[in-house]
This record gives sequence, structure tokens and C-alpha cells, in this order.
Amino acid sequence: MPAVSKGDGMRGLAVFISDIRNCKSKEAEIKRINKELANIRSKFKGDKALDGYSKKKYVCKLLFIFLLGHDIDFGHMEAVNLLSSNKYTEKQIGYLFISVLVNSNSELIRLINNAIKNDLSSRNPTFMCLALHCIANVGSREMAEAFASEIPRILVAGDTMDSVKQSAALCLLRLYKTSPDLVLMGEWTSRVVHLLNDQHMGVVTAAISLITCLSQKNPDEFKTCVSLAVSRLSRIVSSASTDLQDYTYYFVPAPWLSCKLLRLLQCYPPPEDGAVKGRLVECLETILNKAQEPPKSKKVQHSNAKNAILFEAISLIIHYDSEPNLLVRACNQLGQFLQHRETNLRYLALESMCTLASSEFSHEAVKTHIETVINALKTERDVSVRQRAADLLYAMCDRSNAKQIVAEMLSYLETADYSIREEMVLKVAILAEKYAVDYSWYVDTILNLIRIAGDYVSEEVWYRVIQIVINRDDVQGYAAKTVFEALQAPACHENMVKVGGYILGEFGNLIAGDPRSSPLVQFNLLHSKFHLCSVPTRALLLSAYIKFINLFPETKATIQEVLRCDSQIRNSDVELQQRAVEYLKLSSIASTDVLATVLEEMPPFPERESSILAKLKKKKGPGAVSVTELEDNKREGGELNGGGDRGPDTAAMAASNASTPSPSADLLGIRSAAPVGAPPASTGSLLVDVFSEAGPAAPSAAVNDDGFLSSAPPSEDPAPPLSEADELLNKFVCKNNGVLFENQLLQIGIKSEYRQNLGRMYLFYGNKTSVQFASFTTTVSCPGDLQSHILFVPLCSETKPSNRITQWKAITSSLSP
Amino acid sequence: MQFMLLFSRQGKLRLQKWYVPLSDKEKKKITRELVQTVLARKPKMCSFLEWRDLKIVYKRYASLYFCCAIEDQDNELITLEIIHRYVELLDKYFGSVCELDIIFNFEKAYFILDEFLLGGEAQETSKKNVLKAIEQADLLQEVSNTGLHPESFVNPSCV
Repeated sequence: MPAVSKGDGMRGLAVFISDIRNCKSKEAEIKRINKELANIRSKFKGDKALDGYSKKKYVCKLLFIFLLGHDIDFGHMEAVNLLSSNKYTEKQIGYLFISVLVNSNSELIRLINNAIKNDLSSRNPTFMCLALHCIANVGSREMAEAFASEIPRILVAGDTMDSVKQSAALCLLRLYKTSPDLVLMGEWTSRVVHLLNDQHMGVVTAAISLITCLSQKNPDEFKTCVSLAVSRLSRIVSSASTDLQDYTYYFVPAPWLSCKLLRLLQCYPPPEDGAVKGRLVECLETILNKAQEPPKSKKVQHSNAKNAILFEAISLIIHYDSEPNLLVRACNQLGQFLQHRETNLRYLALESMCTLASSEFSHEAVKTHIETVINALKTERDVSVRQRAADLLYAMCDRSNAKQIVAEMLSYLETADYSIREEMVLKVAILAEKYAVDYSWYVDTILNLIRIAGDYVSEEVWYRVIQIVINRDDVQGYAAKTVFEALQAPACHENMVKVGGYILGEFGNLIAGDPRSSPLVQFNLLHSKFHLCSVPTRALLLSAYIKFINLFPETKATIQEVLRCDSQIRNSDVELQQRAVEYLKLSSIASTDVLATVLEEMPPFPERESSILAKLKKKKGPGAVSVTELEDNKREGGELNGGGDRGPDTAAMAASNASTPSPSADLLGIRSAAPVGAPPASTGSLLVDVFSEAGPAAPSAAVNDDGFLSSAPPSEDPAPPLSEADELLNKFVCKNNGVLFENQLLQIGIKSEYRQNLGRMYLFYGNKTSVQFASFTTTVSCPGDLQSHILFVPLCSETKPSNRITQWKAITSSLSP
Repeated sequence: MQFMLLFSRQGKLRLQKWYVPLSDKEKKKITRELVQTVLARKPKMCSFLEWRDLKIVYKRYASLYFCCAIEDQDNELITLEIIHRYVELLDKYFGSVCELDIIFNFEKAYFILDEFLLGGEAQETSKKNVLKAIEQADLLQEVSNTGLHPESFVNPSCV
């Protein structure tokens, strides 16, 4: 029982709580609660004014009901009334109610703020603390507005009691976190820093949290705290366990304060002043030394407190990253913890080592522990610890151990928790790519990934392997062979079919010589998986089939048979149907030359940032590449593609480009998966990742060497030959934009848009010569019936400068139904 | 610290202290999910886990789980000791505290917590000082019960 008898023990409340606990069912509980709520409501509404004790009791009951999980929509007024009571416990309950059930009624807020103001100026430290606690618990903007200037004054005033200073410091911290713009720096800031020297350890403890937060946003303002912090820390670390009296915790001097001081120091670079730095290094060495000494107590609290300081000191050493001696010692200490009996310590050691691994001074030292970490990955029973081990392997990976680490991570993946698989897959993919010396190893790794954790292999990963295979001639044959073998497994993942389909479509010819992987065998293999796959995969396979027709004419008949059958050309999915129909037609009417050109081998992808890294960074904190780096590339790419003297046409054209379903744009299937607005890699420029989700929305039109603003599909696709006028015209059956006519001198292009019965056509004339055209005129003849329906409006006629992109246009409006 | 939850092995919430502004709906959702996650942990597992973008530090004392959510850069071990210190305070105040004490005197549990932690940070780490502050308040209440005006009470020194 407490030392002081609790004469205010509200019996009514205790009875009510007992009743609730004795309820046998949820319904009974709700019934009892409703009964009580009705009772309280009537008491509050009643004509008899309630005395303070009753009010307090009912407000407390309401609070209890709310904390059980039920909604309370009254009682605020009564709680606010309690605030103005001069009985401490009534005030206390009132404050508790309003800090738990925060209400945004402005009248109430005004009253609350008033009560707080009164208590703050009451000169009674207990009341002041109550008010400060309330502000800290609620931390609303209205409170910040009312009190953000008052509290710093209280904090640094000479006559403020210590307990009030402590509350004021943390209250100010809360206000600063929620409304930083209302807490203005002033002359109080330097005096706050000096609180670090206060003789009351509690005041220092509270003040330091405030200073740490403020100095992150205003480092210059608070930089004098560094030397003060170092001296304080030094005094604590070298003190005997009896010096600090009640601030010693299980024989550890001031552990919370020490940790906070070390945290504060992590906001700043190493101290420039030699003396200060020397003292600090000495401190850190002492802390590291103490870790080796036998413990003063067997209690876990002692070791936790001691190790808490140790880990924080190691964090500081890592942050400085400038004292090789300390870094190596830290690494060794962590290495010891890796095999400690206590799971907590193993967990924290793995976590800390991750950060150490990225420092050049300690990277090698970290690598020496690879066997221990691999062992942890295999044998730890706690999944959180295993995950930390996996993180550490990722961090310590470099060229020397990449193969080993990737192999371990792959075997871990086979049994890993589902929640972490996607991240593991991304990491393995990144490591495999980054450290691949032999690309056939890379291909094997990715295919293994798909085999083991196919569901978690996101699109970015398999796009990447395809990009790499396309770009590297030396691995194409190997990739084809491996993928062929992998597909022969009875149950293979759909992602494997996608990769396999694409690669065989591009490079199947490299293994077609072997009778075991002859063209028909390849086709049958792919087709055997066809019915098991989803629509996008089937679409990709269809594209692979048309590529087969080009690569292996002997398969033409078989494949056409397949394309011709009802399940393809009458497929309910529009994309599949369209592809089947178009590929079938293409295979029948195109000459072999045309087919070969259209289905030419995919050109190498331009070098670009890996979108896998971006995806990993999005999933989880710090990645190997800074996000800003990635974003800069994207932004730059967008600008360069869209800038220059292209004029407003680009956006409009681009928009209509995006809406036009031109089959040649995604002939090769893969781009159907990419966002529609993906910009083409235009000649000479960059670095915009086609497969990234955040790519610029409007694709810019490709610019061909003639300098003419062509609205043809992305340049990566080989454009159809321009020699045949028929072909040029024919394509307008399904396209609104394109090149209409071209000869040595002139290129004419059309852009049109249609909406219901209205249409608009723009004609563009491009000067291909290096001399100026003079007196350039155009005439449009509208034969017969069309005459009445077409309105021809020449826009502007200027002499056309040579070799430049011009904005010369003639507008025709047609009103044909 | 972002929040602290105390709950029983049946998942009944005994105390909830939130140090970040969240809607009631969000609080309920977080509570539900986190309680489930922690209760699913086995006894020998470590006291830390990653949950959403926070670190969770928890420890079981008899029938109650004490669970704190801290940010990435916060120190896990010292948070474990914050939990222990809070339990010590409750223990000293109630005399061998048990779950029932916290149920029937929930408001006291909040008051004690406010003297120890404020805004999610340690305010006073001396056990003596915290308990003295609580006793002082109780004394005040005694005084007011006997009719004396609290303002005539001489300012207590808390040091």
C-alpha cells in the first residue's frame, strides 16, 4: 500500500470497475456501461450543482470507459470545470481527461488554455507542472500559439524550481516537434545550453533532449553545447559508482544521461578543439575498456545499462568515422557480442555492424566475421536476428566474398519468412549485378531467384536481367541455354516463363543447332506453358512466337496454326486478340525482308541507373545509392527530352501519342508492361529509366537526325521503311500521326485529332535541305463531297529557315460525321 | 518514444500513452496489430523487433506486457531499462505492484508515468525524486481534504 493513505480513493469508481470485470460477456459489459453513461449524463444535466468530488469521480469513470475502447462524446465541459478547482486531485483528473480525450471545440480550447495560463502563473510548482504536463501531452497547435513564447521564459528564469524546469524543457520539446515555426530562437537559447552545467542531474537530463532536437535544426546556434557535453560525459564516466547517488542505476553512473550526451554529440562532427577532442577520445576509450572488465553485478539491469552506453558510444565512433583505432576496437567488441549468450546483444551487435561495414576503416575488420554471421543466418531461432544477419551480409558484401554471400542468401531465401522475401530478392539481385565478374553467374543467380522465390521477384528484377542479357553478347547463348533447361522443369514459375519466352524469342537461334533445343522443341516447350499463364505473360509469349517465325521459317506453319485458332483470334482479352490477329497478318503478308527488319534483334539498352535500387530504397531505409542521385537523373532526363525549342506541340503530340494504340510501338511485347508514357531513349541523351514508376509522364517525341519533329513511335523500335508511299498512307488507318510524304527536299507530316464528328488535322512541313525555302505555299485540294465538310485555314506562312524545326502549320477542320 | 502500451496476456489494454498525435482510429488499429504481433512472440526471442518503420522494445512482467515504440535512432537497451525503471516506480508506490493495482488505480499509473517520462523522453531518472514528487502531490490532496488552501502550502523543494 502506498505511503500516504489515499483518502480520495473513489469508491464509486472502484465499484464500477469491479462490475465491469465481473461481466460475463461483451453484451453484459456494454449494458453496464450504457447504464452508467445514462446515470452520468443525468447527473451532469441535473439542476443540482455537483460538488467537486462527484464531478471528479464521474469524469474519472468516463475516462475509464473511454480507455476500455468505447466512444465518449460528453464530459469535456465538466472536465474543464475541474481545472479551475483549487483541489489538486480534481485538477489532476481534469487535466488527465482533456489530455486523453482531445477535443477540437474552439470554446473548450479557449477555456483550457485559460486554465493552463492561470496555473502557469500561479507560482505553485505543482500546479505549474500539471499545466506543463498537459501541454506536453496534448501539444496542439492552439496550445503552441498560446504558450510557445512563455515556456522558454519559464525554462531559463532564475527562480524556476528544478522540477518545473524539467517539465518546461520537455514541454518545449514537444511544442517544437509539432509546431517548429512557433518556437522562435531567442536569447533563451544560450541559457538553455548552459543548463548542461546545472548541478541538478534531472534538469540536465531533461534539457539535453531539448538541446539535441534543437541543434539538429539549428546547429550553429547550439554548437557551444559540444564542449559542455564532453566535459559532462567525462565527469560521469570517470566517476565512482557512489558519486552520483540516486542517479546511479545498478552500479552504472547516470546511464540515461550518458546515452543522451553521446546522442547529442552525434549531431555534430568531431570537435575541432584538440583538448576537447582528446578528452572525448579518452572517454570513449574508457567506455570500451569498461566493457572488458568483469561486471559489478549479475543483474541484467546492470549489463543492459552498461551496454546501452557502450552501443551508443560505438554509434558515435561510427558517426565520426575518423579514428581508425577506435573503429577497429568497436568492431572487435561487436564481434565478441556476436557470439554472446544473450540474444538481445547478438541482435544489437548485428545491427551495429551493419553501419560499421560501410566505413572504409572498418570494412575489412567486419569481413573477418563473415563465418559467424553466416552461422547466425543458419542457426538463429529468432527471425528478427536472422534478418539482421541477412542485412549485415548485404552490407559487408564486396567483390571478394560476393559469390559466397549470394549463395548463402539464396539458400536462406528458400526457408525465409514470407514477409521479408521481397526485400531479400531485391538485395540478392543488386549484389549479383554489382559484383558479377562472370555474367553467366549473374544469369544463374537470377534464374535461381525466380525458381526459389518467384512470387517475390518483382518486375524490376527480371527486366534488369533481360536488359543485361541484351547488352552483353557473351552471355546470350548461355542465357538461352540455361533458360531452356529451366523451362523444362515440370512446375516452373510464371516469371521464369516470361524471362524464358523473351530470351528464346531473341536468342533462341543460338541454341537451335542442337537437336534437343531445335526450334520446334523450343516452341513446344513455351507453348506447353501457355495455358497456365496470365494474360500479360501470354501476350509476351505471342510476341515470342512471331519472333520465332522470323528466326525459324520452318516453324511458320505450326505457329500460324496456333495463332489462327479461335482461342487466340477470338480471345476475350483485347490485347491478346489484337496481337494474335496482327501477328498472324504480319506473318502472312510481310516479305521476309520486312519481317526481319520489324523483328530485328533488340538493340542494347542505354546504360541507366538500376531501378531495383530505387525500389529497395523505397522499401527500406538507407540503400547503396542515394535517392537524390536517382531523382536528379530522372529530372535531368525529363528536362532534356522536353526542353529546347520544341514548343507547345510536344506535349500535345505526346499526349495523343500516348493515346494512340500503335501496334509497332510495343511490337516486342516487353514494353506493354512498362508505363504507357514511358519516354524513349532519344539519340544521344539519357538516363531516364524506362522501367521506373516515377518516369516523366509525357513522353517526348523522338527526334530523328533530320531535325524534323516526327511523331513516330519510340526510336528504339526500328521504324518501317519510308520508301513506299502506300505503306506510309496505309498506316494512317490506325494512326493519327506520322510522316505522310518524304523526299530529298521535304518531309510532310500529319497530326490529327478527332472527337465524335469533329476533327482537326495539322500538317507539318520540314525543310530537309540546307538552304532556305522562299515563297513556300501550300494548297490542299478537297475533292468532291469533302469540300463542303472541310474548312481549310492556313495558319501562317513564313519563309522557312533551313534545317530547323519549324512551327509552320496549316489547320484544317473537318466536320465530317 | 512514440508510444507505450501495457497489455495483459489476453490482449486487454491496461495503459496507453501516446507521444505522437494520432487519430483514435489509428490508435486502435496500431494497438490491435501490435498486441497481436507481440503476443505471438515466443519466450526465448529477443526483446526487440521491427514493426512498420519503428523499433519495438517489449518485456513481460508477470501477466503484463510492457511495450514501447521507439524511432530508428533511439537506443534499444536503454529503453528496456526505462521500462524496468517504470515498473520499479509502480512497485515502490503500490508496494509489490500487480496487474490489479494498475486496473483499479489507472489514473495513478498515468500520473507516475508523467513524472518519469514527458513527451516521450526521460524527465527524471532518480527514483527517489520521482516518488517524492508523487508523494508531494498526495500530501497536497490530504491537505486540501482537511480544508487548508493549497496556495498557503509552502513551496516544496523537489531537490
